Amino acid sequence: MTDVAISPTKSIYNPDARTRRRNAAEMRFRLYGLSAVVVGLVALVILLWSILASGLGSFSQAFITIDVPLTASVLDKSGTRDVEELKKVSTVGYGNVLRVALMEQLARDKVDTADVSEKEIFDLLSKEAPATLRNMVLADPSLVGQTIKFKTYANGRVDGYFKGRVTLESAKLDSNITPGQLLLAERMQDAGILTSGFNWDFFFGPDASDLRPEAAGLGIAFIGSAYMMLIVLVLAVPIGVAASIYLEEFAPKNKFTDLIEVNISNLAAVPSIVFGILGLAVFINFMGMPQSASLVGGLVLTLMTLPTIIIATRAALRAVPPSIRDAALGVGASKMQSIFHHVLPLAAPGILTGTIIGLAQALGETAPLLLIGMVSFVRSFPGAPPEGFLDPAAALPVQVYNWTQRGDPAFVERASGAIIVLLIFLVVMNLVAIVLRRRFERRW
Amino acid sequence: MSEHTVSSYDEELRALAGRVAEMGGLAETLVNDAVTALLSQDLEKAHKIILQDARLDELQQEIEAKFIRIVALRQPMGQDLREIMAAGRIANDLERVGDLAKNIAKRVIAIDGDFNSKKAAFGVEHMAELALNQLKAVLDAYTSHDAAAAQVVRERDDEVDAIYTSLFRELLTYMMEDPRKITQCAHLLFCAKNIERIGDHATNIAENVYFMVTGNQLLEARRKIDETGLADLENA
Amino acid sequence: MNVSVNLENDVDLAQHKIVAKNVQVYYGEKHAIKDVNINIQPCSVTAFIGPSGCGKSTFLRTLNRMNDTIDICRVEGNISIDGENIYDPRVDPVQLRAKVGMVFQKPNPFPKSIYENVAYGPRIHGLTRTKAELDEVVSASLQKAGLWNEVKDRLDEGGTGLSGGQQQRLCIARAIAVSPEVILMDEPCSALDPIATAKVEELIDELRSNYTIVIVTHSMQQAARVSQRTAFFHLGNLVEEGATQDIFTNPQDKRTQDYITGRFG
Repeated sequence: MTDVAISPTKSIYNPDARTRRRNAAEMRFRLYGLSAVVVGLVALVILLWSILASGLGSFSQAFITIDVPLTASVLDKSGTRDVEELKKVSTVGYGNVLRVALMEQLARDKVDTADVSEKEIFDLLSKEAPATLRNMVLADPSLVGQTIKFKTYANGRVDGYFKGRVTLESAKLDSNITPGQLLLAERMQDAGILTSGFNWDFFFGPDASDLRPEAAGLGIAFIGSAYMMLIVLVLAVPIGVAASIYLEEFAPKNKFTDLIEVNISNLAAVPSIVFGILGLAVFINFMGMPQSASLVGGLVLTLMTLPTIIIATRAALRAVPPSIRDAALGVGASKMQSIFHHVLPLAAPGILTGTIIGLAQALGETAPLLLIGMVSFVRSFPGAPPEGFLDPAAALPVQVYNWTQRGDPAFVERASGAIIVLLIFLVVMNLVAIVLRRRFERRW
Repeated sequence: MSEHTVSSYDEELRALAGRVAEMGGLAETLVNDAVTALLSQDLEKAHKIILQDARLDELQQEIEAKFIRIVALRQPMGQDLREIMAAGRIANDLERVGDLAKNIAKRVIAIDGDFNSKKAAFGVEHMAELALNQLKAVLDAYTSHDAAAAQVVRERDDEVDAIYTSLFRELLTYMMEDPRKITQCAHLLFCAKNIERIGDHATNIAENVYFMVTGNQLLEARRKIDETGLADLENA
Repeated sequence: MNVSVNLENDVDLAQHKIVAKNVQVYYGEKHAIKDVNINIQPCSVTAFIGPSGCGKSTFLRTLNRMNDTIDICRVEGNISIDGENIYDPRVDPVQLRAKVGMVFQKPNPFPKSIYENVAYGPRIHGLTRTKAELDEVVSASLQKAGLWNEVKDRLDEGGTGLSGGQQQRLCIARAIAVSPEVILMDEPCSALDPIATAKVEELIDELRSNYTIVIVTHSMQQAARVSQRTAFFHLGNLVEEGATQDIFTNPQDKRTQDYITGRFG
């Protein structure tokens, strides 16, 4: 036997044909895998690129700053500075004040307005501007009589011109803007009347109507989403974790619990819009809750998230080594003690991951919210919780959906901007999950 | 008994038992030859025996090495443990038997020629025959794992002892009758004693075989009849 | 099985810590333990040996009702400790397990500090009232487990950071901390190296004077080294039980003989 071993019949220095084939197959497989990863990465980069390219613009905004003399004789004929009296002047009145102020400003700064009509010049301002000015005055009547520096949005088309979305050629075909207006805007920029700056109102302002894309903000959608996440967190996590612990540790294994298990798995696969119909039928039509409320949205999303959390939590519980349970039972811990003292802390990272994934899923969900009326146009901010849960609100993904439906291309830019915000929201949530996970796992 | 899961263990056990059997055969031959040499005053054969005993010692050492090796590597238990223990002990006994045969052979050289008491020689011959039978029987019992046969061997040792006692008296009488024969008779007496000891070793082996097969010690103390002491006293 | 019946006749029943009579264990349809009768003597080490799946671990787990956690497991017969039937409906398994501690095959310290590992049992059973008392119990248990000198300076460090052998001794300390009377060990050394094994065996030998120890082991040498009595299980039957010395030199049953000499097919 040893003789054979001493004189090798085949040298292992030269791989035989079969080995070479095997190695080639392995190489090919690795290439397939690598190319799959590359395709995925490219898709991700393209996605991010397209979103960032079209959405980043929404973070900056063209503003027009003018000195506005708030003449008392025009705005407060009674001279009492009484708010009720001040309200008598409509936005049209403030519009006139603004138009005059703008013309004076242009004249002061010697901006050439020769080939542009006064109406066209006034249209350079956002249609939101008179209302903004009026609200400012109503909020602080003492402003009447002073000359204030008023900074307002430029019209969406003008804004688009500076971001390259609108060109002189496209303006020729556009009924809302003329090339002359755009050239004037350029001159205004040179004069320092028109500036670009970071647009905080995009994050904190309310939505705006179709004609005023420059004024549209995410604030209400932001609050609505935050409220809903809060409701989901408060409801889905305790219910989901409690249900998982019961099913995994205490429930007897019989046909009935099998049925429950199958149903939970199936619920996780139910299209989300079905939950929307459920929410509409049960919460709004049957229980009479208000439409568009973040409470209803939160409840629907809770129902939708529960299966995800339950499945993830049960998997995490099952992953805890039985030796730990044995150890706890072995020193005389009761079942409850062994679960709460040992199993649950060990399962916490997994539960947390499941929860965050569920929350992220809920955060991005649109379809069910459409059905319960969260798509409606909301201009006023919801109140503080808990009453605020019943106020109408929007949600980030619904806001995206909403904006993409509108005609003005400026809203598409806003939609992409909203997507970026949504993605950042998700990334932050995932980061939190990772950090918490790390912290819990260190206890191992 | 069925085979071990590890077959090389079986081979080692078989090899050990084979060596013991070989030793047994050799020891038997040595004793037989020594007695023949004694009775026929065959000096050449006596010398050969002395040389052959070395082989027995060699075998005993080999068995001991195997014994240690198996104990260390296999951690034997139960029947295996008993067999290995028995093999080691039996090898010891057989080695002693060989030594005794060698001693007889040496005495053949010492007596050298002036051996003329036929009657005493017959006694020795008869005794040697019995002892050899015992040895044969016990070795057969070892190879066939026959506890009953081993027990029979142990019981029969009394006969050897009885013959030794009578031979002792006889030789004593010779020595008293004729002081010139004292040297010769003393040698013969030692030879007889050696043969008696060979019988005792056979008994030892029988006890080991019995333990090996049954796992129990032979409990009742064997009635050791050595009346030579008493005879000594009577004749003093 | 006859052996244990004989024992019952020979020895006064009061001398036995654990008496099992006609114990049957079923896993669903499977009859895992078949009519086992055994008496376990106090302050001694009893080893259960046998091939894998012979039921020795299952039987061990019936002694502190760890099998209760398995839904399909059913135990019949009578197991009494100090004359009290542990399967009596009045018995709370939690209380029973404080009296009958257990050490498992794989060292399974909690992923907590060494101190917390040992303190956990006394804490949940309310054995101590003050922190000082608890400290006392922890150090005493670690000392009894022969681990004190190795860990006294790092009680706050994680129990999982210890070596395998230290972990197992930590588990033994954890079991001792609740002052059990019986300690069950399920192959406690199977995951340890020979040195660590020797330390645990030495510990078992020391603990013998205060505790009744029942140990399941795959290593016959270990059973031979640490136990005073040995029971051989095969296919759910208790084939033979007796003094360890007798079992290993002169077993009465052919199956025991075949098993201990390595002849099992």
